[in-house]
Amino acid sequence: MANKVSKTAGTNKSFIDRMGGQQFIVLILVIVMFIFFSAMSPGFRKYTTVVSILDYSYYIALMAIGVTFPLLTAGVDLSIGTGLVCYSLIGGLLVRQYGMPVAVGMLVTVLIGLIFGIINGCLVALMDLPPFLATLCTCMITRGFGAMVVGGYGIPWPAAAQEGGWFRSIFKINVGGQNIPIGFIWIILLVIVMSFVLNHTKMGRYTRAIGSNKEATRLSGVNVKFYHIMAYVICGLFAGLAAIAYSAIFATVQPGSGAGFELDAIGGAIVGGVSMSGAVGSIWGTLIGVFVICLLKTGLPFIGLTANWQQIITGLVLIAAVLFDILKRKKEAGK
Amino acid sequence: MGEVILTMKGIDKSFPGVHALDHVDLEIRKGEVHALMGENGAGKSTLMKVLTGIYKKDSGTITYEGKEVEFHNTREAQDAGVVIVHQELNMLGHLTVAQNIFIGREFKKGIRIDDKKMNEEAKKLFDRMHIDIDPTETMSNLTVGKQQMCEIAKAISHKAKVIIFDEPSAALTEAEIEELFKIIRDLRAQDLGIVYISHRMDEIKVITDRVTVMRDGTYVGTLITKDSTKDDIINMMVGRVIYEDPKTKNMTPPGAPVVLKVDHLNAGKMVQDVSFELHKGEVLGFSGLMGAGRTETMRALFGADPIDSGDIYVNGQKVTIKSPQDAVKYGIGYLSEDRKRFGIVVQKTVAENTTMADLDEFANGPFINKKKENEVAQKFVESLATKTPGVDQLVVNLSGGNQQKVVIAKWLTRNCDILIFDEPTRGIDVGAKNEIYKLMNQLAAEGKAIIMVSSEMTEILRMSDRIVVMCEGKKTGELDISEATQENIMNMATREIE
Repeated sequence: MANKVSKTAGTNKSFIDRMGGQQFIVLILVIVMFIFFSAMSPGFRKYTTVVSILDYSYYIALMAIGVTFPLLTAGVDLSIGTGLVCYSLIGGLLVRQYGMPVAVGMLVTVLIGLIFGIINGCLVALMDLPPFLATLCTCMITRGFGAMVVGGYGIPWPAAAQEGGWFRSIFKINVGGQNIPIGFIWIILLVIVMSFVLNHTKMGRYTRAIGSNKEATRLSGVNVKFYHIMAYVICGLFAGLAAIAYSAIFATVQPGSGAGFELDAIGGAIVGGVSMSGAVGSIWGTLIGVFVICLLKTGLPFIGLTANWQQIITGLVLIAAVLFDILKRKKEAGK
Repeated sequence: MGEVILTMKGIDKSFPGVHALDHVDLEIRKGEVHALMGENGAGKSTLMKVLTGIYKKDSGTITYEGKEVEFHNTREAQDAGVVIVHQELNMLGHLTVAQNIFIGREFKKGIRIDDKKMNEEAKKLFDRMHIDIDPTETMSNLTVGKQQMCEIAKAISHKAKVIIFDEPSAALTEAEIEELFKIIRDLRAQDLGIVYISHRMDEIKVITDRVTVMRDGTYVGTLITKDSTKDDIINMMVGRVIYEDPKTKNMTPPGAPVVLKVDHLNAGKMVQDVSFELHKGEVLGFSGLMGAGRTETMRALFGADPIDSGDIYVNGQKVTIKSPQDAVKYGIGYLSEDRKRFGIVVQKTVAENTTMADLDEFANGPFINKKKENEVAQKFVESLATKTPGVDQLVVNLSGGNQQKVVIAKWLTRNCDILIFDEPTRGIDVGAKNEIYKLMNQLAAEGKAIIMVSSEMTEILRMSDRIVVMCEGKKTGELDISEATQENIMNMATREIE
């Protein structure tokens, strides 16, 4: 009986909905954009461009996977951008200044991310600060803290040829003069793992439940505070991982930078179908959304549009994504 | 009725400044439906919260299955078999039915949640209840009635021995209430103890075995339902006699002019070809079952939803109403059935709410004239007898009845001559109800024209001069109060259904 009912429900859905709704449209958009840029610019349709798009995508994708969790609780984490830079600076300082092994530097980087995740989680879940405000504050704190620790100078993590430079080959290896972007494999693996966490574990189920109706979840006997904190811990952990990706891809990490990175990540998640009002969204959607943002960032310069245009167009794409979400919900409410 | 399963004795609970429960007793037996009644603020919810561990009692004892117990949170109460079916709170709209039922105690295979098993178990529960709901459906896609069934399924799945229903019928259609009652009778037959909180006297008579009445945080008494009358219960609730006499005669002055004429109004599926007239000084009741299209008609008339076709005349003049702003301009005020969502801003003060629809009147350029605002708000607090410590009180702190008065004041400030009351007494206790009724009569006597949408038959018969009945989006009848009976209204209200 149950099968029969769900089958009829399935046939009522449109083709797009059955293909995954917004994610499907966004995936098409990614492909269309790629074809468009390739057709418009000979410079774009090169292997090196693909590699550089991927290079660019790692840290945004990692931040975006993480921030999907607070977003699903109907919160947000604005501290991931400046946080990323802060964690990377501290980790890098340990390696550069104190001569610690790169592995230790990486571990510390991720750990500090985790700690700030815990701080954010406690501010939001235990002390009831609005997520926007709490993480805006930690955004400022991480920005100042990172710059203070390194004393205002940029930190270059070891270059590929230097001692300890092996960590850069986590994301890119050189085979016969060709760069192979193996970082993409790690991203896909993490997406698979986090999709599992989101869809098939208590952690993920309660993250969504909190975003859907926190009080009801609490009254169901769920330890809401713990799982609410955990959403930010996951986010902090991924900001830490993003910090490593960032350190590995770029030559130097500059203190005071990082503001605005979080918007690329949050924007990507939203384009990919994560709802700011919580509960709705997926990790795969987020990843696809990130590629929309990355393609805009890397593709637009190839057709002669400046960074300013890039900002404007990214903004317009975000509006379109949010409108899509609103219209869909209105339609659902109307039936 | 079987043996006693739960006894609460001498329960006392104080909050800063409020003695919420003053030595309250309650006794629940196996296989009984026990109504818990009392005006809003009588302490029913507080008592149930003490029982299920949400609040900690100051003194008193709870005996459950022969042992003294104290639950520290809802989880402990649930595990012991004492479960609340909340009105609405407990729904996670984005999750599936099965995920909702088993939230907090998911079946697992390793670290993975076993959704398949949860769906199967949910299906078994529904089969036991003889209802057909797909466990994989997303919760928000279900009707309110079905959602309530899921809540009950959840309660049963806790191996509940005592189930508390907190105003379960507030948002249900007649058919859904029937189904609910069937399930409750089923549960009673399985020897569960059931606490039923409701304001609806008719339901209490139909479904419950005993009634415990509370007033102002104290225990008043317990009655056997079938041996007591409505008036007995109401007397205990308010400590005074209330006459629920129907109006027998149209009180509108003869020859009163038509102030509002609606001609062949169409708006979506729920409003089809609706026409009616409203006279000065008249209370026009809109009766019908849930989903008959009454609220939709009012929303279209008020410009809140788009009109497809049809004409509206105010004082004989044809008008175009495209938005609530237009409606207000023509002197139409709308008091929504859902006060909290559409009627008031609870986190603002009485004064701010009072002037909200007419703020221009109280502004000098961009600045709001606080003094004038407070004066006018004060005037209405006095004339409507709103119980509030002052006009600077936040509306959230007022009771339902007094909140409703603030909404009335809002439209009176705007000098609206046509007032649409949509379920004016929903969720309001008996005493405050009477005050609202008195107020409506007084407004009509002063020459305001009133439309009252109501799902309560007694309210319709008591207040209306004339009655329009709707069914399935169509007007199915119009009656003068002198010829109206429950039977012929019900007849019209179900005309389209068979």
